[in-house]
Amino acid sequence: MNQWFKKFFLRNGLVLSLYMLLVTFIWIVVMFVLPQIFMFDFSFRFNWTQIDPSKIGGPDDVYTLQHYKFLLFGSPNNPDPFNIVDVSVFAHTILTAVFVTLFDVILCYPVAYYLAHVAKGGVTRLMMLSLVVPFWINELLRAFAFRILFGEEGSINNILVYLGILSQPIDFVRENIALYTGLGYAYILLMIFPIYNAVESLDRNQIEAARDLGSPWWRIHLRVVIPFAKPGITSGCTMVFMLSAGALALPQIIGGPSSLWFTQIIYQWFNTGSNWPRGSAYAVSLLVICVIFVLLIMKIFKVKFGEIGR
Amino acid sequence: MSADVTLENITVKFDEFTAVKDVDITIKGGEFFSFLGPSGCGKTTLLRAISGFQEPSEGRVYIGGNDMAGIGPNKRPTALIFQNLALFPLMTVWENIAFSLEVKGVSKKERRRRADQLLELVALPGQGNKMVNELSGGQRQRVAVARALAAEPEVLLLDEPLSALDLRLRQHMRTELREIQKRAGITFIYITHDQGEALTMSDRVAVMREGLIEQVGEGTKVYDNPATAFVASFVGENNAFQGTVSVVKTEKVIVSTGSGDLEASLGEDIKLSVGDEAIVFARPEAMSIVKRNNTIKNVLNSKVVYHEFEGNFWHLILEVKNGMKIKISQINDGSTQVYEKGSELKVQIDPKLAVALPFGPLAAE
Repeated sequence: MNQWFKKFFLRNGLVLSLYMLLVTFIWIVVMFVLPQIFMFDFSFRFNWTQIDPSKIGGPDDVYTLQHYKFLLFGSPNNPDPFNIVDVSVFAHTILTAVFVTLFDVILCYPVAYYLAHVAKGGVTRLMMLSLVVPFWINELLRAFAFRILFGEEGSINNILVYLGILSQPIDFVRENIALYTGLGYAYILLMIFPIYNAVESLDRNQIEAARDLGSPWWRIHLRVVIPFAKPGITSGCTMVFMLSAGALALPQIIGGPSSLWFTQIIYQWFNTGSNWPRGSAYAVSLLVICVIFVLLIMKIFKVKFGEIGR
Repeated sequence: MSADVTLENITVKFDEFTAVKDVDITIKGGEFFSFLGPSGCGKTTLLRAISGFQEPSEGRVYIGGNDMAGIGPNKRPTALIFQNLALFPLMTVWENIAFSLEVKGVSKKERRRRADQLLELVALPGQGNKMVNELSGGQRQRVAVARALAAEPEVLLLDEPLSALDLRLRQHMRTELREIQKRAGITFIYITHDQGEALTMSDRVAVMREGLIEQVGEGTKVYDNPATAFVASFVGENNAFQGTVSVVKTEKVIVSTGSGDLEASLGEDIKLSVGDEAIVFARPEAMSIVKRNNTIKNVLNSKVVYHEFEGNFWHLILEVKNGMKIKISQINDGSTQVYEKGSELKVQIDPKLAVALPFGPLAAE
């Protein structure tokens, strides 16, 4: 370690080295680790700010598990065996995020492969542009555009009814189809680019070799391309899953009125509920479950953590 | 099973550029056939046309008498060994070898058995469970051969597979490949820019230049009786003396060159008349130093520029009359005299070993 620092300073000079260390420190510690620690600490405290601010720092300001208990079992006078609303919203959020992630993999892998190995020069650039340009538009604006598109009077319903495919319009927003599509669309770039990066470095000869050995196209993908792209696919999946599960604006705008997204509950505790410790506990729970879930998936698909960073 | 390969007037065009021009050739079943040429001569394109990765713009490919038009590389009875081998890095050695069997739906047990058999054949027994990156360059080479043979091709296509190996290993693998070819008894089509490889391994060699085939024949024929100036200058080392034909005898001509009048044998089936532009080719080993000045025929006065020692040979670089540099080689028998820079030497060219050919493009240095 000492050796490393010595080399680092010798190579980059004093000013540049200090600058880089400081920037990294602020980025990782101040902006990432510290807030998470505060949040974590918060989640184990009573909500004294609202109940009785004078107790803060006093003998009663001790750690408690009540917020986590609340997430699982609800208030003490809840007749149900567990907190049905919150837990089912939680499960629904995770499941939907999984679904959105799968949807994005299926959608993005062929596109990424096409970009990396089939499309040539001009076509590649054009495709890249048409992928990136829509994301210049503000996220909220896009969400509202989806509302217009998927609404009961929206263009999709109009077209389907006009073509006679539907006899009467479907409320895509109420059915959450707008939300799933919106989430899927919102993160396609985060899926395409890691896969593209991974697939692009695959030696074309390997694809040709597999073909030459008699392999049909699907087996080439199954045995050669996908195993090679696995770190990229995992990296994309992790990002899409985490961001979908943690999305707030899209569920707020294009989510069905009857179904909640877990982040909305967190938001309510922080904002309207004025219960920061409970909000923190909910947020920490979401984070921990998501991380465990991702690690589990990585374990199942035998991807090492370091590979994701490539 | 080995199949013959017939290329019928194959032309391959990429936009404006024509990579292969009207190649018409038949490769016999069980033959070890090489396409030899400098990079960019179209030999790889030709190989891709045989394997099915490149549809020819004109002409047809027949393998074992069957027209291959419209048949993809996965359906042809060929297997290709890539220049960089293209082994699958995420599979073990035996999975690599058995990939074509996996495609055919062969059971895992049988695949393993076949892979072990092939590992035996390429002299790598017991290496099946290793990953490809745990093997050395030469071992990977053998795995690539085994993987291609596992597909039971009738024709094996090799795209300069030895070029990444060091000299000693390369020489060893030449013998090895030749042995494997004999044991497997199938047609090998080999692409290379290395004339040593082509000459040592092949039954026949086709020399290519700019998409054209310049000469087809056995190695000795291509070396001793080059058909064109390009073949003479590309296959092996050669000194080229350019000039005009002054005298034509039966099977011999005299060419007036800038370095003096030179008598040389007329190349096989070559016609030259007085006044034609011609090149006399004399290999470094076809020239000798004359001590006493008792002959005047085919003797060049020269000055030593420098000498090179290559173990079995001493090479002398000499400057002749018109400033041209020539190279002569002498076997190092332990008593070879070393000539210092600047010493004057008389060099005689053996007219029987020198070949006169019509003027034409030479291989780039």
